[in-house]
Amino acid sequence: MKAYWKAFFLKNGVSISAYLLISIMIWLGMLIMLPQFFMFDFSFRFNLPPAELGGPKDVYTMSHYKYMVFGSEQASDSYNVVDVWVFVRTIVTAICVTIFDLALCYPIAYYLAHVARGGWARLMVIALIIPYWVNELLRAFAFKIMLGTSGIINDFMMWAGVIDQPIEFVLENYALYAGLGYAFILLMIFPIYNAIESLDRNQIEAARDLGSPWWRIHKRIVIPYAKPGITSGCTMVFMLTAGALAAPQILGGPSSLWYTQIIYQWFNQGNNWQRGSAYAVFLLFSTIVIVLLAMKAFKVKLGEVSR
Amino acid sequence: MSADVQLDNVWIRFGDFVAARDINIHIQDGEFFSFLGSSGCGKTTILRAVSGFSEPSEGRVLIGGKDMAGIGPNKRPTALIFQNLALFPLMKVWENITFSLEVAGVGKAERKKKADELLDLIALSGQGEKMPNELSGGQKQRVAIARALCAEPDVLLLDEPLSALDLKLRQHMRTELRAIQQRVGITFIYITHDQGEALTMSDNVAVMSQGKIEQVADGTTVYDSPETSFVASFVGENNLFEGKVSEVSEGYAIVDTPSGRLRARNAKHNGEYQLKTGDDAFLFIRPESLKFADGGSYDNQIKANVLQHEFEGSFWQVFFNVQGARRTIKLSMVNDGGSVGHEKGSEAQLGFSADKAVATPVGMLADET
Repeated sequence: MKAYWKAFFLKNGVSISAYLLISIMIWLGMLIMLPQFFMFDFSFRFNLPPAELGGPKDVYTMSHYKYMVFGSEQASDSYNVVDVWVFVRTIVTAICVTIFDLALCYPIAYYLAHVARGGWARLMVIALIIPYWVNELLRAFAFKIMLGTSGIINDFMMWAGVIDQPIEFVLENYALYAGLGYAFILLMIFPIYNAIESLDRNQIEAARDLGSPWWRIHKRIVIPYAKPGITSGCTMVFMLTAGALAAPQILGGPSSLWYTQIIYQWFNQGNNWQRGSAYAVFLLFSTIVIVLLAMKAFKVKLGEVSR
Repeated sequence: MSADVQLDNVWIRFGDFVAARDINIHIQDGEFFSFLGSSGCGKTTILRAVSGFSEPSEGRVLIGGKDMAGIGPNKRPTALIFQNLALFPLMKVWENITFSLEVAGVGKAERKKKADELLDLIALSGQGEKMPNELSGGQKQRVAIARALCAEPDVLLLDEPLSALDLKLRQHMRTELRAIQQRVGITFIYITHDQGEALTMSDNVAVMSQGKIEQVADGTTVYDSPETSFVASFVGENNLFEGKVSEVSEGYAIVDTPSGRLRARNAKHNGEYQLKTGDDAFLFIRPESLKFADGGSYDNQIKANVLQHEFEGSFWQVFFNVQGARRTIKLSMVNDGGSVGHEKGSEAQLGFSADKAVATPVGMLADET
C-alpha cells in the first residue's frame, strides 16, 4: 500500500497528486457520502424542537418508516393508503416513461450513429442539445402553455376540426407524462449513441450479407452490442424520472401527487425534515433495488455499464 | 452450386469521382479470380457492386446469368469476407459460423451439426463454444471463411482478408485458401494489393488502376507480358528505359534510347500491337533478365557503372548508373557461392535478350500515380 502511494506520487508529481486526491475526496466525501449519510441518519430521529436536540428524547426511532407504511395511528385505515398508492404510481409511471423513452431514443441514437452523415448528424445533435440549455422549470412551463386548454395544440386541433372541446391535457396528466418523457431523453440518447457508434459497420453489413433482415440485425447484432448503453440510459432516465420534482409540480393535475412532492411537502410545509428524509431514503433504496432487479432480469452486469 | 460473374460496361460514380470506369469482365464458374491494385484503385468498389452493397451507376452485374439490379446483399448468392473479418464478437464461434442458417430459420440442433462439420473443414474441431476473441488471428480468419461458406454461396468474395495477418501466417493461408477453393469448387473473387497473393492463388488476375482495368490474364502472362506501362511497373520489379520507336517488325519494336538502340517485344493490348514507328515508348526489362554481358552475345547491350552490391541471401542485387536512364538500373543474380565480380565504381557491359523485354507506349507508372 505504501509502495502504491509512493508510485502514485512519483508518477503524477507531488502537486498534481495532491490536487487529484483532494478533489476526489471532496467529490466522494462532501458531495456524495456526507449528504446521504446525514439524510440516512436524520430519517431515524424524532422531529424535536431545537431545545430538545441532544437531550434525553433525542434517540433513534423507526417511527417515520412506520408512518410511511401504516400511516398515522389515529387514521381509520390500517395502511398509509395515500402515500403507498402515490409511491406505486410514481414507480409504475417512471417505468412506463423509461420504456417509452427507450423506444423513442433507440432509433434516434442508431440514426445518429450509423445513418446520418457529417453536417446533418452534427445539426441533429445540436438540435437535441439546445433545448436543454433552457432551465428545466421553464421547459415545464412551456409544456404547460403549449398543452393548456387554450394552448396552441388545443387551438390548432379545434381549428382543424379534430375536436370540438379542448382536451384537458393537464387535468388528465397527459402534460405530466409528456413533460417527464421529454425531461431526460438526452440521458437516454447519448449512452446508446456512444455504445452504437463504436459498432463496426462491417458487422451490420456482414449480417446483411449473410441474408439477415433488418429486424434480426438489430436483435442479434446492434442491441446486444448497445446493451450497456441501453442499461445506463434506462437507469438514469428511470432514477431521474422517479425523483423528478419540477415536471410534477408544474404539469401534474391537481389531484395527482408525485412521490417527490410528498417528500417536498414534509420538508417545506410539514416542517418535518426527519420524515421527509425517511421518504427520500426509501425512494432511493427502492429505485436502486428495482434497477438491480431489472439488470438481473436482462442479464446485464454492473461492470459492463460503467465500461 | 457455383456461378459465373459478368460485369457488363460497369461504371460506378460517387458524385464527380469515378471509382470504376467501363469494367467488362467475365469471371468463369469455379474460377479463382483476383483484382489487384493499390488502395483507391476501385477494386473494393467493384466487390461491393458484386455483393450488392452498392449498385453500378451504369452497366450490369450478372451472377449465374441473372441480372442483379435491385437485388440486395441479403438476397444475392454471394458471401463476403471482410478485410477486418467482422466476426460477431458477442456470439460464440459456432453461432457465428451458422448465422446464415439462423436467419433461414434452421433449428438449433441442425445448426450445431453443420457448425461441427465446418469446424472440421477449417481444422478447428471442438472450438465452437469459444468466443471469437479467444481465437488467434489465423483461427479467426478460418472462422470467417467457414461463416461465409455456411451460407453456401455461389460466389465467395474476399476483401483483402489476409492483410491483418503476419507474413508467415499469410503465406500459409494462401495455400489454405486455394485448397479450400478447390475443395468447395465455387467461384472466388479476391481483392488484394499484394501481388504475391494475386499471382500465387489466382487462375486469373485483373490489374486495376484509377478505376480502370489495365489487364486481365493469368499470373504468368501478367508478369511476363504486361500490356501497359502501369502493369509493367506495378507487378514485380522492372527497369525502365525511355525512347522513341524507330522501327517495328514482327511483334518487336526497336526503341532509340539515350542509353542505346534497344530491341523489345511490342506490347499487345486487346489483341493489338501498341507501338508504331515514331511513338514515344517505355522499355521494361526485369532485374533477373538483365545479365553481365562479359563477352556473351545479347540482342541488347548497354554500358553501365556499378553503384553498389546488395546481398539478399539467395540473391545479389547489383545497382548501376546508366547514362540516359531516368532511374537506377538493377540486376538480380542468383547467389551460387561465387562473387559478383565487377567491383563498385567499375564499368560493366550489361545485356538482355529482346524476348525478355517489353516496350509499351509512354503511360502511367505505378509509383508515379
